[in-house]
Amino acid sequence: MSLDSTILLIIAIAPLVGAVVAGLFGKQIGRVGAHSVTIAGVALSCALSFYVLYQMLWGGAGTYNQDVYTWLQAGSLQMHVGFLVDRLSAMMMVVVTFVSLMVHVYTIGYMADDDGYQRFFSYIALFTFSMLMLVMSNNFLQLFFGWEAVGLVSYLLIGFWFKKPSAIFANLKAFLVNRVGDFGFLLGIAGVLYFFHTLDYKTVFDHSDALTGKTLELFSGHPWSAATVICLCLFVGAMGKSAQVPLHVWLPDSMEGPTPISALIHAATMVTAGIFMVARMSPLFELSDTALSVVLVIGATTAFFTGLIGIVQNDIKRVVAYSTLSQLGYMTTALGASAYSAAIFHLMTHAFFKALLFLGAGSVIIAMHHEQDMRYMGGLRRYMPITWITAWIGTLALTGAPGFAGFFSKDAIIEAVHESQRWGSGYAYWCVLLGVFVTALYSFRLLYLTFHGRERFVVEHGVQGHHDHHHHEPGHLAHAPHESPLVVTLPLILLAIPSVVIGAIAVGSMLHGDFFGEAIRVAHEGDGRHEFSGWLATMMEGFAGAPFIFAFLGFLVATYVYLINPAISDRIKRALHPVWSLLDHKYWFDEAYQAIFARGSLLLGRGLWKGGDVGVIDNVLIDGSAAVVGRTAAMVRQVQSGYLYTYAFAMILGLVGLLGGLWFVMHQ
Amino acid sequence: MIDVAHLTLAHYVGLGAILFCISVAGIFINRKNVIVLLMAIELMLLAVNMNFVAFSRFLGDVSGQIFVFFILTVAAAESAIGLAILVVLFRNRATINVGELDSMKG
Repeated sequence: MSLDSTILLIIAIAPLVGAVVAGLFGKQIGRVGAHSVTIAGVALSCALSFYVLYQMLWGGAGTYNQDVYTWLQAGSLQMHVGFLVDRLSAMMMVVVTFVSLMVHVYTIGYMADDDGYQRFFSYIALFTFSMLMLVMSNNFLQLFFGWEAVGLVSYLLIGFWFKKPSAIFANLKAFLVNRVGDFGFLLGIAGVLYFFHTLDYKTVFDHSDALTGKTLELFSGHPWSAATVICLCLFVGAMGKSAQVPLHVWLPDSMEGPTPISALIHAATMVTAGIFMVARMSPLFELSDTALSVVLVIGATTAFFTGLIGIVQNDIKRVVAYSTLSQLGYMTTALGASAYSAAIFHLMTHAFFKALLFLGAGSVIIAMHHEQDMRYMGGLRRYMPITWITAWIGTLALTGAPGFAGFFSKDAIIEAVHESQRWGSGYAYWCVLLGVFVTALYSFRLLYLTFHGRERFVVEHGVQGHHDHHHHEPGHLAHAPHESPLVVTLPLILLAIPSVVIGAIAVGSMLHGDFFGEAIRVAHEGDGRHEFSGWLATMMEGFAGAPFIFAFLGFLVATYVYLINPAISDRIKRALHPVWSLLDHKYWFDEAYQAIFARGSLLLGRGLWKGGDVGVIDNVLIDGSAAVVGRTAAMVRQVQSGYLYTYAFAMILGLVGLLGGLWFVMHQ
Repeated sequence: MIDVAHLTLAHYVGLGAILFCISVAGIFINRKNVIVLLMAIELMLLAVNMNFVAFSRFLGDVSGQIFVFFILTVAAAESAIGLAILVVLFRNRATINVGELDSMKG
């Protein structure tokens, strides 16, 4: 049996309907109406996505690949809207709609006091639609459409609180950095169109061999492999969207947006679009070892070095943001090692536990009356037990504690990198291995600073005039923190469940089985396919592996420094001041970009303004031409003496000239 | 000693040309008086008349001589109007000096 296109259409369109209704008629339908209609839409597509996945796995449904609408035709180029639903996209659809649904429910609690309630729901439903269009696409153009649409919604949501200057700065930054990536992405798509004359996935992938041996001369005399150029261009797009060094700078700043979207867009789904895209393009990437080496090195660099920054951050959301960067680096590293299934597997587990961690951080932020600085938290486990427990689960999953979701996926990645023979894999292996230690260190630091230890905030009982909690001193609360309402804790619990079990459930089929089928192609299947004897055995093996030892070491260090002997952290900070300063400034990426690109374009703009606009256009072209006319006229007007005899003389001269000319012509 | 019987067309046309040149020179060189200007114009017309009469006589066509009467009439009317304008000009500007009449200057 095959899938029905109506179902797929409903999956994509239902969130869009919710978004349009909540966005355009938000005032009429009110708050309850807005969240009802969007949640209904997303819940519908979530349920149908589960149905589709079920049909794919157990119902015997084959891959669905069909165009549903011809958007436009230009010469021989046809642009379609169509769906390619295989197991890869079906899994992505489930992850996207499920996390989105959780975030929708959570938002009811998180945004309860916000004026932009309806607008927010409209945006996140629109995001769900865009993301579904991206993952369900069967051609490059629709992929690009979804790609840009999620970017747009991301921009809108980072700047959701548009009266906050830092939010406006952050969304502009995200937008601009993503433009750099999208430029590469578009060039990559253009390269595909140039060589294959079509944008359809299936045709391109089936004929991907045609690319071998083809070269492209970007600079005359230096032919490059076409596959390498195309893949690198596409990967630049992935670097922008999935925040890989050096285009990672926008993601930490995107935390200016409300926490639910940090969970949905900037952790679980949108930022993984780049990973998904590269995995989808595996038939192309497999053609170029060079491109995959670049992917590998960049991923590994991101995985390790951004993790380090997470250790010195004090803002709870920023720690999680740097953790996301680092985990995206892991996924990219896996892609570079041709372990696409491991990357997608980690994408899935990461979506659950990172959304959980973000929503948990949001729950803490609600309790702390929008205080995000961990230095003023501590001891919250007594006040908010559900958030505390789910945060522990998320942290264990993130650090790869054996048995939890992250363990299986991260172990698989490290394993794959270890076995990879590709150039750069030695460096990558050490990066991801040390990254495990770093991950454990910052994760448990967050946990201890937030939920354990001494309370570092003051509750001011009965003080009037302190209700305006946005303008108080840091660490002073008007009320004691308390557990968040059910709409907040329920998504936490529902996300905590897959964070624990999804790894054990899926590891067999995804990594060792034939889950992805034809969706992912690997050119040289390593013969090191491990014996797989069940998730339990894998888990037991994990206790003996190097990653576990590193993670445990990180756990011990974090426990000692932040729980048992907190005073030592300041001493370490002072002792290692240069290192600390380097991390605190995030390797000066922001400053460098600010100085080179922002200042540079400002100077360029000023130069063009002063030199080009004012100098050439205003002064030379406009004022200059007026002055030339004026001066010429001043010269010519001397002829107009005003005396009769001059005019008469001119007339005579004219007459003579005319007659002379006539005579000359007549006698020619 | 000029023998009138041997005057040819060239003589008459030459006279007309001389008259014409004198009047043109009168218009250009005269920087003083508008009346001289008018006189120069009259002289120009006379030069034309001379040509008409000469050609009429030598070609044996009378119509040229009839034209002359018309021209003389028009010249009389024209000089009457010219003098009238001159009077009005003098009343307004209190001068008939050509050098001072430069209100057409650009």
